[in-house]
Amino acid sequence: MSVHAPAHAAVAHETAHAGSFWRSHVFSVDHKTIGKQYLGIGIGMALVGGLLAYLIRWQLAWPGTPVPGFGWVPEPMFYEGIVPETSYNAFVTMHGTIMVFFVAMPILLGAFGNFLLPIMVGAPDMAFPRLNMMSVWTLGLASLVMLSSFFVENGPASAGWTGYAPLSADATYTADVYWGLNLWIIALMLEFASFLMGGVNFLTTAINMRAPGMTLWRMPLLVWMQLVAAVLFMLSVGPLVAAALMLLGDRTLGTAFFLPERGGDALLWQHLFWFFGHPEVYVILLPGFGIVMEIMPVFARKPFFGYRTVVWATIAAGALSFVVWAHHMFVSGIDPRLANPFSVTTILISVPFSVMVGCMLLTLVGGSIELATPMLFALGTLGTFLIGGVTGIYLGAAALDMYMHDTYFVVAHFHYTLFPSVILGGLAGLYFWFPKMFGRTLNEPLGKLHFWLTFFSFNAVFIPLFFVGLAGHMRRLYDPTQYDLLEPLMDTFPFVSHAFVTKAAIVLIVSQVLLLVNVVWSLLAGEHAADNPWKANTLEWATSSPPPHGNFATLPNVYRDPYEYTPPGSKDDWLPQTAPAAGAAR
Amino acid sequence: MLSWLPENISTYGRDIDGLFALIVWVTTPWFLLMQGIILWSVLFNRRRVGRRAWYLRGDTWGQLAWILVPTAIILGLDFLIDARSALVWAHIKQRVPAGATEVRVTAKQFNWEFLYPGPDGRFGTDDDLTLDNELHVPVGQNVVFTLQSKDVIHSFFIPNVRLKQDVLPGRSIRGWFNAEKTGRYEIACAELCGISHYTMRAFLVVHTADEYRDWIEEKWPQAASAAAEPGTPTATELS
Repeated sequence: MSVHAPAHAAVAHETAHAGSFWRSHVFSVDHKTIGKQYLGIGIGMALVGGLLAYLIRWQLAWPGTPVPGFGWVPEPMFYEGIVPETSYNAFVTMHGTIMVFFVAMPILLGAFGNFLLPIMVGAPDMAFPRLNMMSVWTLGLASLVMLSSFFVENGPASAGWTGYAPLSADATYTADVYWGLNLWIIALMLEFASFLMGGVNFLTTAINMRAPGMTLWRMPLLVWMQLVAAVLFMLSVGPLVAAALMLLGDRTLGTAFFLPERGGDALLWQHLFWFFGHPEVYVILLPGFGIVMEIMPVFARKPFFGYRTVVWATIAAGALSFVVWAHHMFVSGIDPRLANPFSVTTILISVPFSVMVGCMLLTLVGGSIELATPMLFALGTLGTFLIGGVTGIYLGAAALDMYMHDTYFVVAHFHYTLFPSVILGGLAGLYFWFPKMFGRTLNEPLGKLHFWLTFFSFNAVFIPLFFVGLAGHMRRLYDPTQYDLLEPLMDTFPFVSHAFVTKAAIVLIVSQVLLLVNVVWSLLAGEHAADNPWKANTLEWATSSPPPHGNFATLPNVYRDPYEYTPPGSKDDWLPQTAPAAGAAR
Repeated sequence: MLSWLPENISTYGRDIDGLFALIVWVTTPWFLLMQGIILWSVLFNRRRVGRRAWYLRGDTWGQLAWILVPTAIILGLDFLIDARSALVWAHIKQRVPAGATEVRVTAKQFNWEFLYPGPDGRFGTDDDLTLDNELHVPVGQNVVFTLQSKDVIHSFFIPNVRLKQDVLPGRSIRGWFNAEKTGRYEIACAELCGISHYTMRAFLVVHTADEYRDWIEEKWPQAASAAAEPGTPTATELS
């Protein structure tokens, strides 16, 4: 079966290839082009999300002063460059929503999942190429709807990215933000539909279209991570789609699912949101981990330590992620007896994660490590994620969360889980697979400079915020100077201060220009990339850079595990999955 | 790290700070160990001529023991933290002490109303008194509060007491604290509740026993003068 299906798909692609520029670059059904389109959407939306972060940070450091560069924006979004309180709440909301749903998912699942998954399992394309095109176009539409909400009367959604009802359920509570929040809901539902289509494709492709010899236990870890992420997303998103429809009903049709004064319930939204929201964290985290797990063996020239153990640990973490959601709700007013069981399951997640992290660490030990740019970003991902993981224990302890909840400690914690995976992990993947995706080589010294600037400025932003949070600083506060308790955090201490954090954030954002310069320069004048510049084993390196339509000139046969580096008895320190002979094959 | 927390003034705040210290001590060595392995590998396992990486697949129980034994220890430590947290949580959240000073707190966009039962100790009578954004309590006494919201979700946060509890429309949520130190402390709203969320500040004023009596006399002068006349039963006795 896996022999026939690819053959048909390959034929379909040859005809598609014969089309015009529009057919091959815009309305393309080729998973590689679609992957790049996802990357484009993700990076474009990251610019918007980053700009919003700058506005938020400026207001926190120097409240009520004009933001440089925004004097021209008309009222009421800005007042001569000053961010008003209504806009501040909107910027915080949109920053979170855009970064999670329109940057993290498009880049990690959309771009890397689409581009790599079919090649890595030896398939000529996704199982359903047209559905794949529909998924990226649906995401494009969702992005436009989300961005359009900036231009409607009273501005975009301002009820937080978590959209807690009843604040989000009735426009009078948010100073008459009506269409802004309606469009926010519609855009999110479109986004969910897009990634559901993507998830169907990922699953079907990996299960049905693997090349001969590519058993499940020979799939690269990134493929496993994408699969577990797709399953988590598909199982968890249903309740949230229902909740989003109910919220839209409350706002537009006069229903009252979440409005207590008319018989609704204020906590229902939170249960449905976080039942999705926690698995969603792993939907984002796992593909980032997958990228790191692909890169480490290549640059340590070692097999991945405990490949099967990591797969089982990932599945366990995914299963556990469905029974921890109430840790977002310890102080929300749930029955207090519910907190302790959820506290136990939450802290229990440290077990599969310590297995995954332990296996990554033992992949490094005894290696022959080369600190190329992708490896620097991969190590940076692991090192910073550890901070996010460890601080999760503090928040998972329900009694301590009573103090920590909704403070900057939480803000710092989740940025330390998501930023490593999405930005550092995403950049690791981009530097690693760029030659394969675009057939050009990126500049190595510029890449290293980009890493060190990003790494240091990220830590300079978020380590101080842990201490700001410990000092009792609430999240989503337009003007911290309103509280005597928070006054010393403005600029009294050299590092733990809003002023320092904002300066570091500006360095972090500006540093990303290095990436853009590197990418543009490389696309215009970079060296043509070799097929396998890193001497890596997995299938994507067994074809040309970039791969042709149908991915492989002839369908590959797979003979062994994906990470056979430095096998005993071999002179070379690598042994591709496609190499037929060698004693090391099991 | 503990020094960054604001001064604790409540009885149970000590337990919460203790839990924080426990987690610092349990997790920091593991954190340093893991970062140390990364650093060590990068420094001492760098690629150089003639170096050959170990062929270590981690697919035998003997090799996996390097992962599974530490994981088993982590599991044990997890339960230590869980147990300590569960006890502290149950003490604070799962029972409300009897015979305490009672106050009703109503949150609304964008301020706090504190309703005192007055000298008769009962709500819904003539001597009830509402104060905006000021909560007066006696030092060293259990204070029981009932939280209600008129509109959206707010969160009742007193950093110095280590107390945070969301306030839900449509529900009444009871809780308690016991402040051990006199003074004036800030109360904040910790849940985004609308455009002026950041201005939703109130004060907790913790009085000595004498000061608290003076404050009651000032707020309920009739009751105080009635109590002063010999032979006249006080409001409390009548009830």
